[in-house]
Amino acid sequence: MAFDEYQKREFKQVGKRVRRPDGVDKVTGRAMYGADATAPGMLWARILRSPHAHARIRSIDTSAAMALKGVRAVLTGADLPDQEDVFIRDVQNNCMAKDKVLYDGHAVAAVAAVDIATAKAALKLIKVDYEILPHVTDVDKAMAPGAPVVLDGRSLESVPAGMSANVTEHAEFGHGDLGAGFAKADMVLERSYKTPTAHQGYIEPHAALASVTSDGKAELWCCTQGQFYVRTLCAAIMGMEASQLRVTASEIGGGFGGKTTVFIEPVALALARKAGRPVKLVMNRDEVFRATGPTVHSSMDVKIGMTKDGRITAAEAKLRYSGGAFPSGTHSFGAQAAFAAYDLAAVRSYSWNVLTNRPKEAAYRAPGAPQAIYAVEATIDELCQHFGLDPLDVRLKNAARKGTKSSYGPTFPDIGLVATLEAAKAHPHYSAPLEPGQGRGISCGFWFNFGGNSCVSLNINTDGTVGVTEGNPDIGGSRASISLMAAEELGIDYDRVRTIVADTSSLGYNDVTDGSRVTFAVGLATIKAARDAVRVMCERAAKIWGIDADAVEWKDGAAVPAGPNAGKFPPMTLAEIAAVSFETGGPIAGHHEVNVDGAGVSFGVHIVDIEVDKETGATKVLRYTVFQDAGKAVHPSYVEGQMQGGAVQGIGWALNEEYIYGEDGRLQNPTFLDYRVPVASDLPMIDTVILEIPNPGHPYGVRGVGETGIVPPLAAITNAVCRSAGVRMHELPMSPPRVLKALSA
Amino acid sequence: MVKVLLWGSLRQAADGLTEVEVDAGTFKALLDRLAEAYPGLEPQIRRGVSLSLNGVIYREAWFTEIPPDAEVVLMPYMTGG
Amino acid sequence: MKSIPVSTTINGDPYEFLCAPDETLLDVLRNRLGLTGAKEGCGTGDCGACSVTLNGRLVCSCLVLGAEAGGAEITTIEGMADGDELHPLQRHFIDGAALQCGVCTPGILVAAKALLDKNPDPTDEELRYWLAGNLCRCTGYDKIIRAVQAAAAEMRGA
Ligand code: FES
Ligand code: FES
Repeated sequence: MAFDEYQKREFKQVGKRVRRPDGVDKVTGRAMYGADATAPGMLWARILRSPHAHARIRSIDTSAAMALKGVRAVLTGADLPDQEDVFIRDVQNNCMAKDKVLYDGHAVAAVAAVDIATAKAALKLIKVDYEILPHVTDVDKAMAPGAPVVLDGRSLESVPAGMSANVTEHAEFGHGDLGAGFAKADMVLERSYKTPTAHQGYIEPHAALASVTSDGKAELWCCTQGQFYVRTLCAAIMGMEASQLRVTASEIGGGFGGKTTVFIEPVALALARKAGRPVKLVMNRDEVFRATGPTVHSSMDVKIGMTKDGRITAAEAKLRYSGGAFPSGTHSFGAQAAFAAYDLAAVRSYSWNVLTNRPKEAAYRAPGAPQAIYAVEATIDELCQHFGLDPLDVRLKNAARKGTKSSYGPTFPDIGLVATLEAAKAHPHYSAPLEPGQGRGISCGFWFNFGGNSCVSLNINTDGTVGVTEGNPDIGGSRASISLMAAEELGIDYDRVRTIVADTSSLGYNDVTDGSRVTFAVGLATIKAARDAVRVMCERAAKIWGIDADAVEWKDGAAVPAGPNAGKFPPMTLAEIAAVSFETGGPIAGHHEVNVDGAGVSFGVHIVDIEVDKETGATKVLRYTVFQDAGKAVHPSYVEGQMQGGAVQGIGWALNEEYIYGEDGRLQNPTFLDYRVPVASDLPMIDTVILEIPNPGHPYGVRGVGETGIVPPLAAITNAVCRSAGVRMHELPMSPPRVLKALSA
Repeated sequence: MVKVLLWGSLRQAADGLTEVEVDAGTFKALLDRLAEAYPGLEPQIRRGVSLSLNGVIYREAWFTEIPPDAEVVLMPYMTGG
Repeated sequence: MKSIPVSTTINGDPYEFLCAPDETLLDVLRNRLGLTGAKEGCGTGDCGACSVTLNGRLVCSCLVLGAEAGGAEITTIEGMADGDELHPLQRHFIDGAALQCGVCTPGILVAAKALLDKNPDPTDEELRYWLAGNLCRCTGYDKIIRAVQAAAAEMRGA
């Protein structure tokens, strides 16, 4: 597909900070989230989960649970089909274990009963006979020869022979002569890093309401980032036809990548089918932590050579990622992203995915990138300190720009890194004086962004208003952005457009809300759908005027005769054309279905000031500024919101968030009390500077903005801690005990 | 002929090369030719790849035309959060 | 277990319900009375998504038993607007883009209102500590703090 080239234009709607269409519902408690729906005759379901990190299921006895009054269905892995497709099999086994449990919290059985209390009581009556197996939760230990094998026979052909069976994938990127590059350096620094598993931490637990009728028709309501993908997965697991399963996405209470797959949805459907009644299944927080997708856990080595004037001569990274108990490809994004910010003559990154007895990783904002870039940006900072160089100057000196051959292969088109670095350098934050004991850190960040499959249907109502139907759950205000783009293209006011998110029976396939794709790709489909409707409206005006359709053009929300020979007619507005649409040929609509490509990469730079309390080891964030290239900012408030939210998630990861496993392989902190996400009193305001370097692949120049923001905080705070406390930390999170330990070492 | 840059770990499947040449005018033809010439690449192509054409990343798009002298880079299939 | 009959007042309206002795007020509101504005983010008092006021005091309704509501005055997010008229906090949350996914919003609005009722002119720091029991994973709190302060200023007539 030849993508639509960016064209410079004056925007009338895009760029306005309008009110979102779901705002009133959300501030009054009316908005319907996953757990807010009910159905007549509904049953409540609960899931029994493994208390062991790794065990063979010898048998499951559900007879006592079945016999309990009020229990209408019990489900175990044996009730689900044997899947031929390996990927579907993994997804299904993650939702409900079949022969082995692979992590603490892995689902082994489920019950549907007339109320929650009965369902809970029934779980206690299920007897599972486990044969406990040795487990491994640490990525390095899992890679070592002789480690307990989580799943056998899953290594792809890319994995070099002789590695542990837990290593499932390997990738390598880069170019140039590393040896020659390192030889040119004045200093070559080698460092190793570790990052913990973090969780997306959305406040809304997973929830589903399913109904399956005896003629095989099914309805599923759930909180998801992609109802179409949920349909694909559930239909495969349930052996249903896509057309028979209608999935409706509820309002979604946060996802950040964690709601891009299924966990409980097939279980709710299978129970509903067994019980012959609607079934509601809602996770509690403990289940969310133990059994839904956290991030990879990583162990990394970085080696960078630099000249004393700050030129990087060669760079190498080795990334060992564990995506939990099932194979994961996230390592390869880490390897591609690691050095993306730099123009390097010699660069190499190697990555491996390693199975461990942890929950299967799910995407989390820029999956794989924060870990790798953390290790790289911290190492570069240490070199800057060694040579006494300004860390922003060093980034500028080595920055990738248009024409740079990126570390992952392609040559960059227009990118915004240099402009972002320059904006950071010129910003008052960077030159503001620091008090003694305070430290300032910076880091770059990067994400690819995607396009993907998108369908939009746009209806011109007879009263001159417009309805847009799209298929991507709105996670942070995207309905407003879509309406803005439709209004812009049609030349009408934002208030006359309303955008809704369709269920899977109402629109063609849409990829999940991921990869920061919605404003970019669905926006593009919306613009095209609007152009389609404009074409029809011009034809109608032409008919009314009795002239050729090509003699009519669309200007400022109205059809006008084009050129001197078209004749003299007063402009016909959208509302006027709509009002007579029944008389001129019927209802007017536009639509567009496309697999969008041409997403533009997004770079960011963060500056942070912190102070470490040397008594307690606690780090206080004092000032924070995010600089990011967003392409055209369609709704600047929500662009800022993405930058701020991403930064704060990164701050949490840097300072506090981690999965803590005991010797027994059980997760020790599956609560918000012990898995500590940032709270309001931990933080200062998060200042933002949006740079609008147009993406050449979008008619309005839109890039994606959702993901880059989580990347820089990990290293920026590490670098600031070093400058405040004088200790260089190589492991996250930099929690108070860990900082104290480093201080006393 | 189109020059295709492969990522490092595919080298073993492509006679040790990280840059290979195939005769193809579209992405689909390119992937087919690659799989024919280097059967070791086939499993990865089947699992999914992205392609970068002159710096722009495409995830599917069989019929994307490859202009002469274009820079084509094979990449793992991209997904996100 | 025998159910307990409870009479209470919610958002000024009288309500009567039966609940199990161990049933939380949050479950009663959501599952028995159809007031699903309060959300369950954790069920352990750590996220604040279930915030309501009980006799004027801000509480996590997941930590209160339904039976404790007997004879009490409860307010929930559903009672914050005056008919069609949004409360200034609600209006400023929309105008200031202080919500992204919005699932924390009911709890944060209830908590913020409880603060402003006692302290109409909080400092940012007071506000941040007051809201420290209300998790928001989307916004980084920046726009929430700004929206509450804007509403407070409007309510003070500033
Ligand atoms: S649900 Fe009550 S505090 Fe989280
Ligand atoms: S807006 Fe999503 S948790 Fe606050």
